Amino acid sequence: MSLTLQNVSRVVEGETWIDNVNLSLEPGSFNVLLGRTLSGKTTLMRLMAGLDRPTKGKILMNGVDVTGVPVRERNISMVYQQFINYPNLTVYENIASPLRLAKMDEKEVDRRVRETAAMLRIDPFLDRLPLQLSGGQQQRTAMARALVKDSQIILFDEPLVNLDYKLREELRQELRALFKARNCIAIYATTEPNEALALGGNTAVLNEGRLLQMGPTAEVYHQPKDIITAEMFSEPPINVVPGRVSEEEVTFDDTVHFRLNSDLRRLTPGEYQFGVRASHIGLVPHSDDDLELPVRVDLAEISGSETFLHVHNPHFDLVLHLSGVHAYQVDQEIKVYFPTHKLYAFDAQGKMVHSPARMRDQ
Amino acid sequence: MQTKVENNKAWFLVLPVFLIVAFSAIIPLMTVVNYSVQDIFDPYTRYFVGTEWFKQVMLDSRLHEALLRQFIYSFTILIIEVPLGICVALMMPTKGRGASLALILVAIPLLIPWNVVGTIWQIFGRADIGLFGAFMSSIGVDYNYASDPTDAWLTVVLMDVWHWTPLVALLCYSGLRAIPEVYYQAARIDQASRWAVFRYIQLPKLTNVLIIGVLLRFMDSFMIYTEPFVLTGGGPGSSTTFLSQSLVQQAIGQFDLGPAAAFSLVYFLIILLVCWVFYTTIMNMQKDK
Repeated sequence: MSLTLQNVSRVVEGETWIDNVNLSLEPGSFNVLLGRTLSGKTTLMRLMAGLDRPTKGKILMNGVDVTGVPVRERNISMVYQQFINYPNLTVYENIASPLRLAKMDEKEVDRRVRETAAMLRIDPFLDRLPLQLSGGQQQRTAMARALVKDSQIILFDEPLVNLDYKLREELRQELRALFKARNCIAIYATTEPNEALALGGNTAVLNEGRLLQMGPTAEVYHQPKDIITAEMFSEPPINVVPGRVSEEEVTFDDTVHFRLNSDLRRLTPGEYQFGVRASHIGLVPHSDDDLELPVRVDLAEISGSETFLHVHNPHFDLVLHLSGVHAYQVDQEIKVYFPTHKLYAFDAQGKMVHSPARMRDQ
Repeated sequence: MQTKVENNKAWFLVLPVFLIVAFSAIIPLMTVVNYSVQDIFDPYTRYFVGTEWFKQVMLDSRLHEALLRQFIYSFTILIIEVPLGICVALMMPTKGRGASLALILVAIPLLIPWNVVGTIWQIFGRADIGLFGAFMSSIGVDYNYASDPTDAWLTVVLMDVWHWTPLVALLCYSGLRAIPEVYYQAARIDQASRWAVFRYIQLPKLTNVLIIGVLLRFMDSFMIYTEPFVLTGGGPGSSTTFLSQSLVQQAIGQFDLGPAAAFSLVYFLIILLVCWVFYTTIMNMQKDK
């Protein structure tokens, strides 16, 4: 079962929600749709499900055109951000409902419901009503309903957003394991880069209705095609600093410049945007060619056992991602070390023209 | 030693509520209780009769008939109005100008004063000048609500359905609007039928507004007075004389204040009892689920 989108667009009341998306998903693959809110993730999923029809383009399943086939005649499942279950049916009946509609043999229904419930660890609650369960258990019930039938496509529309942090991590891990043995296409929409990285598989980056990049998750992370993908696929967003490349050196401004290293020598002289990941800037030098930068602290944002340090110098702002809890005074002067061999370079159009050597090898 | 300061200011804060409840409920009710245990001839001649009036009222066959009529009437209109209201709510458009237009059209009967409703139907049903009456006689049906008890009943029920179904419809409409769109979407993905969507999504989500709707309609219809009074005056004979009408006949027509007061109290207790039984039954049903 493969799913192919060919030049798919959706225009609603003159506004382009999905703009010429081409996408091919393989059977047994786990695909993450990464994009900010309003980037078109849900719209794209609705098109894949057959809930809406594309304004232009074709949708193929196994090479067969299904563009006009309504959702009722397709074999798909969907899990939503809200916990959607039948309110007056027990957990058991909720999970069984898709099988009953398919007129499955009663014994087989029972076997499958119990198996799926056990897999999602809700088997002790089969006799309860959904509202008597916690949020996490309600969402597990909704997931069980989606998984119990042999759908060809399973769509997850930000299913973990309404759960707390711990439950989210737990369910995320289980989810990935659940799909290992299946031969269906899983599509998972999220706004969080960390979630995409944790889930692995493939990632498609969506921005303003356009598909920016699609590929194995790690590859998209390390080799973003353009500046928007790079910014979107890192938390905190990648630092972007404008600079000029001359014959010998890279100049950020009159005072901050460094000699071209072997890595960056291939760049033709001109104006570039340089990207450096927040986790790559350090408080101590890691290598000889690190550039020492005097900066002032704006804010030290402590999150768990990590610190996001926002700093500025007269020409640009930077964010550092430090492990451990670091306390800093506002306006405190510190020195940070800028890794000149871990720079991404983007041209005037935002296309990536250079990525760090080590990232390229991976 | 700690001295406790006495402060009675809180009583002043309770006072307004106390006064309102006293004047709106307790004092009028106590007046009725007062009448119900006395035989009053004129302001200076009165005798305490104990529960005499209550005994008389409870054994009065006219009241038994009115009570039976009242129950039949209330259940008939509930059986018609609740399903009909749900149907109307399901058919009302949800978006755009059609939605507001439908809301206004449906709400119109609710805005008409009760005695006007009675008058409208009184004219509407007349065979000589009324649209409905003329239509019935033109298709050869012998219809006359003033002389035929069945026709009178039909007209009274029809009038109530026309007047009050919109209330049930509006309640259900608001209940339906509160169901998130994703439920319908999920049902489509599950390949659920229209009936299954109604049975497993819409109806469970409507339960609460329906309880309110049924209670309101029951209480209101059980106390109905104005419309049948204007339309049929309780006739022909006493075929459409409901409880409140026989009460008024007794209290004002015959000026039997004592029996009328006893009757009022019994009437009040019946409504209270039926509503309480109804409410607790439904609440228990919900809990069991």
